[in-house]
Amino acid sequence: MSAPFRSRGRAAVSVTGELLVTAGVLTLLFVVWQLYWTDFTSGRAQAATVDDLQSQWAVSAPQTPGPAPSPGASPSTPAVTVDETPPQGDAFAIVYVPRFGSGYAVPVVEGTATADLQEGIGHYAGTAMPGQVGNLALAGHRVTYGKPFNLIADLQDGDAVVVATATQWFTYRVQSHEIVRPTQVSVIAPVPDQPGAQPTQAWLTMTACHPMHSARQRYVVHALLESVQDRSAGAPASLAPVGQG
Amino acid sequence: MYAWWWRILPGPWWLRLLISVVAAAAVVLLCFTVVFPAVADHLAINDGTVDGT
Repeated sequence: MSAPFRSRGRAAVSVTGELLVTAGVLTLLFVVWQLYWTDFTSGRAQAATVDDLQSQWAVSAPQTPGPAPSPGASPSTPAVTVDETPPQGDAFAIVYVPRFGSGYAVPVVEGTATADLQEGIGHYAGTAMPGQVGNLALAGHRVTYGKPFNLIADLQDGDAVVVATATQWFTYRVQSHEIVRPTQVSVIAPVPDQPGAQPTQAWLTMTACHPMHSARQRYVVHALLESVQDRSAGAPASLAPVGQG
Repeated sequence: MYAWWWRILPGPWWLRLLISVVAAAAVVLLCFTVVFPAVADHLAINDGTVDGT
């Protein structure tokens, strides 16, 4: 009576051990997937989106969308910003940050849902569009999924954050940063940290998780619009590389 | 568990090994495409948005 019981007990222990080892291996596999695989696949997809946008903009650039496009008048057209909100998930701009490296270019997609942030930097719905008075609020991953804001804590006051749209370049300059609780939505108010105030300037706010690998706080950077340049005038000087450190 | 798996597999050792490798690859693929993305949504260790709700 005791022999089968003992062997059954031993089998149970052995199966439990194997299940635990399997769970450990699967957990490690999850970490590899989250930290490296999502980074790889999202990074590649985001680079492809940037290429797509650039080739779309290159094709559509010569065609002036207004009535009666006269060749000589195109440079003097008013600085029309993107004022129509694109559908959620659509990429509509590219962000360049010289501090993050000269090869840094990440698409901005409409919306900040989980799926949106895997496709690039997310634009908080209802916040200003590039160049508009108000606050162009952007969220990005600091780790995983292409980690567009990985180096957000390296940004220094005065650093350029350049947003490119189909028609224009917008250069914002970093003014300040702060670390806040995840519920502090006033950082993306039209005037940052002054909810209800009437905006008179064009702000840009970036939010990312803080500390790294944690969702306990948010690292927030505020920048102010410095200059606007038509795409036909070429890339702005603010894209020049900056020294590390 | 794994001893049982090895016992029920047919054929010589190399065929069993081949089947096991293919099965392991299938499990990894399932994890990467379905299980891990679903789990990550609930963990949100990398959420970078501010949200009042």
